[in-house]
Amino acid sequence: MMRGSLVLLLACAVLLSFGCKRKRSGTEDETGPIVIGAYLSMTGSMATFGESSARGAQIAVDEANAKGGLLGRPIELVVLDDQGRSEEVGNAVSRLIDVNGAAAIMGEVASTLSLVAGRICQRRKVPMVSPSSTNTKVTQVGDYVFRACFLDPFQGYAMAKFARENLKLSKVAILKDVRNDYSVGLSKAFYEAFIKLGGQIVAQESYSAGDTEFSAQLTKVKALEPEGLYVPGYYTEVGGIARQARRLGIKGPLMGGDGWESPELRNIGGADIVGSYYSNHFASDAPSDRAQSFIKIWRDKYGTAAPALGALGYDGTLMIIDAIRRANSTEPTKLRDALAATKDLDAVSGKVTLDPNRNPVKPAVVVRVTDDGEVFEAEIPPG
Amino acid sequence: MRWPLRIAIAVGLLILYWGVGYVLEDNIIEYVIRIVLFCGINAILAAGLNLINGTTGQFSIGHAGFMAVGAYTAAWTVMQLELALYGGRTDLALYEVAIVFLPALGLGGLMAALAGVVVGVPSLHLRGDYLAIVTLGFGEIIRLIFNNWPALGGALGYSGDRPLGLSVHTNFFWVASVATLVITLIANFTYSSYGRALESIRDDEIAAEAAGIPTTRFKVLAFVISAASAGVAGGLFAHLQSSIQPNDFKFDKSIDMVVMIILGGLGSVSGAVLGAFFVGLTLELTRDLSEYRLIAYALVLILLMLFRPQGLLGTREVRIWGART
Amino acid sequence: MDVFLQQLVNGLSIGSVYALIALGYTMVYGVLRLINFAHSEVFMVGSYVSFFSAQWLGFDAKQPAAFGYGRALLVLVLAMAASALLGVAIERFAYRPLRHARRMTPLITAIGVSILLQNLGILIFGPNPRPFPMIIPEQRYELGGVVVTNIKLLIFVVSAVLMVGLTYLVQKTWTGKAMRAVSTNLNAAKLMGISPNRVIAMTFVIGSALAAAGGILFGLDQAKIEPLMGVLVGLKAFVAAVLGGIGNIAGAAAGGLLIGVAEQLTAGYISADYRDAITFAILIGVLLVKPEGMFGSSKIEKV
Repeated sequence: MMRGSLVLLLACAVLLSFGCKRKRSGTEDETGPIVIGAYLSMTGSMATFGESSARGAQIAVDEANAKGGLLGRPIELVVLDDQGRSEEVGNAVSRLIDVNGAAAIMGEVASTLSLVAGRICQRRKVPMVSPSSTNTKVTQVGDYVFRACFLDPFQGYAMAKFARENLKLSKVAILKDVRNDYSVGLSKAFYEAFIKLGGQIVAQESYSAGDTEFSAQLTKVKALEPEGLYVPGYYTEVGGIARQARRLGIKGPLMGGDGWESPELRNIGGADIVGSYYSNHFASDAPSDRAQSFIKIWRDKYGTAAPALGALGYDGTLMIIDAIRRANSTEPTKLRDALAATKDLDAVSGKVTLDPNRNPVKPAVVVRVTDDGEVFEAEIPPG
Repeated sequence: MRWPLRIAIAVGLLILYWGVGYVLEDNIIEYVIRIVLFCGINAILAAGLNLINGTTGQFSIGHAGFMAVGAYTAAWTVMQLELALYGGRTDLALYEVAIVFLPALGLGGLMAALAGVVVGVPSLHLRGDYLAIVTLGFGEIIRLIFNNWPALGGALGYSGDRPLGLSVHTNFFWVASVATLVITLIANFTYSSYGRALESIRDDEIAAEAAGIPTTRFKVLAFVISAASAGVAGGLFAHLQSSIQPNDFKFDKSIDMVVMIILGGLGSVSGAVLGAFFVGLTLELTRDLSEYRLIAYALVLILLMLFRPQGLLGTREVRIWGART
Repeated sequence: MDVFLQQLVNGLSIGSVYALIALGYTMVYGVLRLINFAHSEVFMVGSYVSFFSAQWLGFDAKQPAAFGYGRALLVLVLAMAASALLGVAIERFAYRPLRHARRMTPLITAIGVSILLQNLGILIFGPNPRPFPMIIPEQRYELGGVVVTNIKLLIFVVSAVLMVGLTYLVQKTWTGKAMRAVSTNLNAAKLMGISPNRVIAMTFVIGSALAAAGGILFGLDQAKIEPLMGVLVGLKAFVAAVLGGIGNIAGAAAGGLLIGVAEQLTAGYISADYRDAITFAILIGVLLVKPEGMFGSSKIEKV
């Protein structure tokens, strides 16, 4: 037993010596790479989201390095896994700041996680860019927190507009994931916008992430005869919902948000999900040159169509790189100011200009699900 | 030990902890401090759980629920008190923090204790396997309640309605002080006549009942104490994280606690603390292997049960000066 | 009324799956007095084995009907065999060495095995859900306002057949008698010349095979499988077993159906948020009021 406590004491000593504060490398000293730290879900149920974002970020860093790096130094991307848990987010972010000496932080996809990290970054005064967190609260944390994507209120509105004006629906039912703040937020935005545009929400039902049985809610909904179904959840459940909805005889189009995007969506939903629509940041057949070249790089490197999260991972990292270049420094306050001043940045998902709340003013695209992918259906401008 | 000596030691320890905390914060990176704090919080959780699972032999696997109750209660209390007493000020002196934090932690522990009564009284006359499932169920129900509670944030979690989230009060001083207090109390309880009664319940409940020990009452007492310590740990946790979500208190967390006490040895307080530190340290040190973490835990549990069910320490303790046996 | 009937139909369907899995829990508890937490993962493995066997046997997602009933049956057999093997292995290596240990030890081991299998599943199969091969292509029928699929009918029929078969086995065959003897009193059974190891192994074989069948039916109905699919389903099946009276086979079946229906009706008429909570509520209610379940008998613990 003495041995055991001795080992523990030794471990603590090692830990403490490892933990002694040194100057954060990569910021004040002029040599060594500039570190951009990314905290993403590389394992766990949201691993595909994290992986796409990480890949996009790496492409941005590789491109910048090919052009000579930043301020004469190479850029290093360090990606730490937060396992999709808020406890781990804190550990990952503080490790990136303290151990890896990150000049700026990139992450996350899920808004709850971005909020936790954003607070730490704000307190430590390290700029953070979230590539794809759509909850309004994220950038409200403070002036060191930025984002690269549109907000949920806009996303919900975009789909409502599409449903009313393009699909000409007047009665829609909503099926939301009650355990997911993203889903709840989107459904609220859709609800308000759709009613404002003259439509009618005939029912609002909920499920929980992980559920496999939706027939109870869908049976209730079917009785109210909706012309369409808005399901702003993650792709993991949407496929099953589509099948069970069609099985029960619900015929109208299904609609959703950017959480639908995944190759698994079609695998699980099969024929029942084809023909549905969802709002997204980026369509993989987007016409712009910038988008096309990114899509090509992605396909060459990874062999698949570029997902929106990949594009946003790229854009978020691009924002940081561009800001460092403009600030000509990695000093936190200068970097923060440069990020805030981002204007007309030629990003993959559209030109990025940040508003005073540090959110970009960008359009949403609506895509339609086909047998083997998604096709661009409409663009909804910021309104 | 006489009271004046006890108070002197307590004050001495408080000053020591404050000093060490001060030195640490200036010289050690936040990342490492976080790990140490998590270890401390784990230790409180483990010591509490050990009292009911180890000493009393009643297997509960839903303690994450009590942690949640404590966390939410403490977070809410701190918010209300800070608003009322300090407006929106964030730069608070130690005594100002204490005025807010101590009652919050206490209230958190109290509410968790109440929850312990609600869960424990109906369940504790059930046999081992059933008790496990019921506590698991209650743990999930508590989590579901918070998930559906809009005023406390629901699924998005509670951050006190402030952009910067909950105040980050938890630091070395608080964790060390509270941990020392709670663990000492539990150790004293375990090695008192109450503790011996609990052990007799573990060894042979019917015999204990026949010997005149009111078993259900004692079981509930142990359960409530362990729930309270989980609640206090939850309060500390909440003010380290700046926000708490129902997903922070899933079954995974209960399993973490179980692994800690089994590793350390069911029934040993210092074993529980050792197990807690071990789990907390290896968590970060094996960060690259996080995919294998739960697999490793599961294997540890299985192999321990097969080959060394008494864990590291069995029921032995590391003697600390002054603790009675 | 249509809505109610629809909910009922769906409830009976998912309830049958719960019943199949509940049988495994109830039988194992009957002979070992142990909650086999790992049973839910045996269910999950059954599903995944069918996924891979279907692929191996040449299932083509674009032409599901070409697979044929013969090969579908083979998939079922393979899955049941694999699960049975897994179940027996778990018993042999994790539970048998602890048969005479203190109550808590095998409980902890069971939880450990369950977590191990869940995470091995995540590691090997990936955390994302996979589409289940529709080896029996789905056909939808509408009968008087209620939608039923051939798969739901299949679930009823297969479950019923298996349960009748099991009841026959337990009541009328020698193996069944041995199982009942071991359930009642292990030591007396040993004295009568019954080998408890063999009987217990047999119990695991049967229970696991049934779980595998449940796994396939569940996969066909839900069209997707994932490594953690067993967690909630297993828990509900266990509650069903308790509800029906642990150790009681007919009770487990009845319990499963009841829970399935209660779940659907709660989700339909109260709120979907409470679907899972109702199962826990039932469990707590049963354990408080009548711990021996609907059909169980009070056991007096002798000192």
